[in-house]
Amino acid sequence: MANIDVSSVRKDLLNGAGAAAILAAGIGCASLGVFTLLAEAFSGIKSVLNFYNPTGPLSGVTTLAIVVWVAAWFVLAKKWDGRDVAMTRVNGVAFVLLAVGFALTFPPFLDVLQGK
Amino acid sequence: MEISMRDLWTVLHGMGFGALFMLAFTGALVGLFRVSAPGSPPIPNPRDQMMLRLYLIGMVVLAWAAVFSGAYVVYPWYRAVPPIGTIDLVNYPRYLLLSSTTTAEWHRLGMEWKEHVAWIAPIAMTMVAYVFGKYGPSLAKHRSLRNAALIFAVAAFLATGVAGGFGAFLNKYAPIHGGETIHLMNGK
Repeated sequence: MANIDVSSVRKDLLNGAGAAAILAAGIGCASLGVFTLLAEAFSGIKSVLNFYNPTGPLSGVTTLAIVVWVAAWFVLAKKWDGRDVAMTRVNGVAFVLLAVGFALTFPPFLDVLQGK
Repeated sequence: MEISMRDLWTVLHGMGFGALFMLAFTGALVGLFRVSAPGSPPIPNPRDQMMLRLYLIGMVVLAWAAVFSGAYVVYPWYRAVPPIGTIDLVNYPRYLLLSSTTTAEWHRLGMEWKEHVAWIAPIAMTMVAYVFGKYGPSLAKHRSLRNAALIFAVAAFLATGVAGGFGAFLNKYAPIHGGETIHLMNGK
């Protein structure tokens, strides 16, 4: 009979790593929206986000969103890997963050927020 | 038969990466649901699992290729600023659209929404591929993880739909022209 590493099998079944990935994805989507809003609302931030001139502020908005997403994933994975976490809460927050990402990338909603 | 370099990149971005990514969704959603649904075989065929993993990794690559080629290859041509005094704006799509009240919203709503919302798709799809790669069939026991991953996959589909739909319309009303001409074949 083959030896089975029970601890690794058990670890695979814990939800921490998956929860970290899900919440980080929500954070990444929301940060995309927040940076989009900041670039739209403040001309100073818009010029700072102009990382690559041919692409304009979109380069900074998306680069920073990716950085925030990866950093959040790294931190959450460090914290939750090998643990079980309350998925209902994690999913709830992740879905709200995903909705924030969609809302803040929708130009008419950005106009409303800026009072245009 | 000829095609310009910019036309080729636009087709590659929209059809080669974006549309292929969208086409892959139906297969992915069915595959993910089948593998992880309660009542699915306890030990699925390892070959099937590997195929689904490769399929999802392929989708992730397509999603990132679509947004990066869009933002860093095609978009700079779209937003190029015409020299002062330019009357014919055909090579400056953004300014061509904004020059008329009948087309300006294609930029203000269409492009402004498309250029940002599209990035939700690769972020969401990378997470989906990771979760299904890591947990595989044991997701049947983690319904919350599975449901969240499926919802993010649907969100990625919607984001791609918005980006792809507006991309098609924008390319109709203000296509990107110019660049080096590639000769494909001679006519008869």
